[in-house]
Amino acid sequence: MKQLTLEAKLEKINELMAFVDAGLEEMGCGMKAQMQIDVAVDEIFSNIAQYAYPDRAGSATVTMEEEDGAVVLTFTDDGIPYDPLQAAEPDVSLGADERPIGGLGIFLVRKTMDEVRYAYRDGQNVLSIRKKIR
Amino acid sequence: MNINSRMDAGTLCVGVEGRLDTMTAPELEAALGRDMPAAEQLVLDFSKLDYISSAGLRVLLAAHKTMSRKGGMKVIHVNEIVKEVFDVTGFSDILTVE
Repeated sequence: MKQLTLEAKLEKINELMAFVDAGLEEMGCGMKAQMQIDVAVDEIFSNIAQYAYPDRAGSATVTMEEEDGAVVLTFTDDGIPYDPLQAAEPDVSLGADERPIGGLGIFLVRKTMDEVRYAYRDGQNVLSIRKKIR
Repeated sequence: MNINSRMDAGTLCVGVEGRLDTMTAPELEAALGRDMPAAEQLVLDFSKLDYISSAGLRVLLAAHKTMSRKGGMKVIHVNEIVKEVFDVTGFSDILTVE
């Protein structure tokens, strides 16, 4: 299992993406799955960076492991409790003028990953995604 | 990400290369904000775009709204990964994708 702890700041995304891409390449992940996983990582980490710590600096830990031909990425932070899976799904049938800004990110994650799980444990948000890579 | 913009007879053509995500979407937003006022139509060429996240989708939606009051916007040369994002988010129905 690989693990990386970062400050929960948007400018850390590139460092996280390099960590994820290196791991996926080692696992022999296909290009399409890698791009979809990268998008999911972007959505999840940017949410943490923007909302988990409204009034203090904080960090996020990301672990990565392979399990039965799938990759499992887990994001842990000790910011405000937030279960993104409880967020209402956006109405994707709305036209451009009725579209609210936001809410699409986690929806995309749920649509493109095979499994998304959330738990609040020991004062921490634990969000994991699983995606078949071959 | 690289952005190549050129204006041709009122049509602004913008090629976007690489990844359109949280970190790079503001660059595209700034480039469009600078060049769109002079454009009658907008063409976004995604032939070299690897992927798009929701931050990129927000920029597209805002550009689409601005351009729909003028000559419109279209997105061309979309790869399979980007197309799937457009499909699941309903953007395929909003945008003109060729």
